[in-house]
Amino acid sequence: MADEVILLNYWPSMFGTRTMIALAEKNIKFDYREQDLFNKSSILLEMNPVHKKIPVLIHNGKPICESLIQVEYIDEAWPGKNPLLPSDPYQRAQAKFWGDFVDKKVYGPTRLIWGPKGEEQEAGAKEFIEMLKTLESELGDKVYFGGETFGYVDIALIGFYSWFDVLEKFGNFSIELECPKLIAWAKRCVKRESVAKSLPVSEEITKFVPELRKKIGIE
Amino acid sequence: MAERSDEVKLLGMWASPFSRRIEIALTLKGVPFEFSEQDITNKSPLLLLSNPVHKKIPVLLHNGKPISESLVILEYIDDTWQNNPILPQDPYERATARFWAKFVDEQIYVSAMKVVGKIGEERDAVVEATRDLLKSLEKELVGKDFLGGKSLGFVDIVATLVAFWLMRTEEIVGVKVVPVEMFPEIHRWVKNLLELGVIKKCYPSRR
Ligand SMILES: N[C@@H](CCC(=O)N[C@@H](CS)C(=O)NCC(=O)O)C(=O)O
Ligand SMILES: N[C@@H](CCC(=O)N[C@@H](CS)C(=O)NCC(=O)O)C(=O)O
Repeated sequence: MADEVILLNYWPSMFGTRTMIALAEKNIKFDYREQDLFNKSSILLEMNPVHKKIPVLIHNGKPICESLIQVEYIDEAWPGKNPLLPSDPYQRAQAKFWGDFVDKKVYGPTRLIWGPKGEEQEAGAKEFIEMLKTLESELGDKVYFGGETFGYVDIALIGFYSWFDVLEKFGNFSIELECPKLIAWAKRCVKRESVAKSLPVSEEITKFVPELRKKIGIE
Repeated sequence: MAERSDEVKLLGMWASPFSRRIEIALTLKGVPFEFSEQDITNKSPLLLLSNPVHKKIPVLLHNGKPISESLVILEYIDDTWQNNPILPQDPYERATARFWAKFVDEQIYVSAMKVVGKIGEERDAVVEATRDLLKSLEKELVGKDFLGGKSLGFVDIVATLVAFWLMRTEEIVGVKVVPVEMFPEIHRWVKNLLELGVIKKCYPSRR
């Protein structure tokens, strides 16, 4: 049976980027459907009734929600090519721990940084850098988070890379100065075709964020 | 793979619903383990060393190697001791189970914690919000003995947080968040849980 794969996404999303990279790693063709989050489509509401959020991956009519769950699903449903998670249970657990860390600790501060100016923004900036440093020390001297091969944790984090410029602008810091090894890692990741073709263009995110602030009434 | 010489130690807390999940899974798989009660107001060097990032229990130490975060630990246990599987085999069903587990922790638990922390009108609002979330779980249970289907599975183990933490805490707090009239399926499921040996062992009834 031919697989029918649909992705509901919104282009600036660091979450949707993950799913696109995972699909590209497995060489899976998919039908990309851009969503308007300010006027949600009936397909989005029907496919993700609980959270009503993108990304939603729809495989042969069945929806999968939550980007990291999608990445793992893609790895389990198409197991042959480019494994994204290690098969050793301990290594696997470590990868899932760090993926979860990115969701719990990195995303929140980014919202504060480009949110309303003030104390919260400063606290967000501090927290963000601290979390990146924790990740940098986990990376150590490895090529990728999982070692020699690109995988789950790289996918979880690299979606934020397109946002780095705008975060630096709002947060008044230089990620390269604070975390040089992490930037070197990101540059390695971007050399992969799967990443290059899935990541939003930095300049476009930098233009998009002020517009978004206006739209949601921060500016 | 498990070996005879396996040394399994759980850094946990008797009262923590997160740590109970791990006890249930290990008990279900028949894995002998040592339980080490932790004091989170005075964290032990072993806890800080084993979970330097979050500094939280539970932590599972398997032959000295630490694993943190209860959902991650549960999957590790299922991958390592493959008897009595808690996750289904089918990738789609696995993804669905993971989705509901995340929902319990990131939505229901977060909302229920606010019920504990608030009073008066503010509390009424968060009780309402928590019930809204629980409705999704109620719907999932229609026609099923367990969230995992015919037997106890990953989501059931995760959702014991609702059955035995939230539904017991509500008595202490003095507000019924999960009334039987509103959530008959959840109450039926709790009864099913209480009939299982593994639950009786890990969540003895208090009276
Ligand atoms: N945990 C989710 C987060 C997804 C998420 O936050 N999506 C945002 C866009 S980046 C969304 O759809 N927001 C719409 C809304 O909140 O109404 C994942 O990893 O997929
Ligand atoms: N997401 C964690 C939550 C664990 C958790 O919240 N543990 C609490 C006890 S119930 C803790 O260790 N708190 C100590 C602290 O926050 O300092 C998991 O699933 O394991």
